[in-house]
Amino acid sequence: MPIIDLANPTRFLGFVRRVLPWLAAATVLLFAFGLARVMGAPDDYQQGATVKIMYIHVPTAWLSMMGWGMMSVAALGTLVWRHPLADVAGKAAAPIGAAFTFICLITGSLWGRPTWGTYWVWDARLTSMLVLFLLYLGVLALYWTAEDPGRGSRAAAILALVGAINIPIIKFSVEYWNTLHQPASLFRKGGSAIDPSILIPLMVMAGGFTLLFFTLHFAAMRNEILRRRVRSMRMIQAQELHA
Amino acid sequence: MNFSPHADFIIASYAVTVFVIAALVAWVVIDYSAQRRILGDLEDRGVTRRSQRAVKDER
Repeated sequence: MPIIDLANPTRFLGFVRRVLPWLAAATVLLFAFGLARVMGAPDDYQQGATVKIMYIHVPTAWLSMMGWGMMSVAALGTLVWRHPLADVAGKAAAPIGAAFTFICLITGSLWGRPTWGTYWVWDARLTSMLVLFLLYLGVLALYWTAEDPGRGSRAAAILALVGAINIPIIKFSVEYWNTLHQPASLFRKGGSAIDPSILIPLMVMAGGFTLLFFTLHFAAMRNEILRRRVRSMRMIQAQELHA
Repeated sequence: MNFSPHADFIIASYAVTVFVIAALVAWVVIDYSAQRRILGDLEDRGVTRRSQRAVKDER
């Protein structure tokens, strides 16, 4: 099936029905494998066992930014081409991205206390991540409170595009400003600074979280398509009652 | 496995993650069954979407 066919909501529902069980099973298997690797991974020579928090903090940080990136691309589809499935994709990604950002903030705070001696500091990395979380809440508020869903979707799409400015700020915040947060140790010039005994479990967990994100996103998109069908059928029912 | 002296922070991190992910999974599962139930109720009352009507009319 050509990928363009998935832009049709009915075909997309068929695709999700076929793919979702496999995606969910792959997510569980990858998490089981990843957690086994995490349990067997050595402690960090400076941070001790608290490095175990990294295996959830880092993947959720990546995916919270990827989620916003997906919403920004979907926002273009909503505003430029007015494609309904783009709006469905953006709306479905928002609560998942918000949840991943929340996990990133909480685990970062719990990692910061034993490592830095504080749960929170208003530096560039932590603050820009908190701003991302607030932006997610703003998008959710626009989707959930707008009386006219179309206007809510357009407003959320504009916020998603404007908020994309925050993604490079998060990425480069540890390079341009003084911060307690460590600089990039994986995606940097000269290659990764992490030993393979810690890097491999991290990448497996990142794979597990990525599959989880897409599993939840496909399921949430399916639910949103059904919700829109319910809405249109209720409108038809109301029109018939008043005719 | 020895997490000391920071076991509380590590366990709390994993507990929060499991709780949030469980909440997300519960949200998509409950929402799916709710939408299916409402759609089923509407179809039982004879309400059809315009695209379904077009298919019926063609037949």
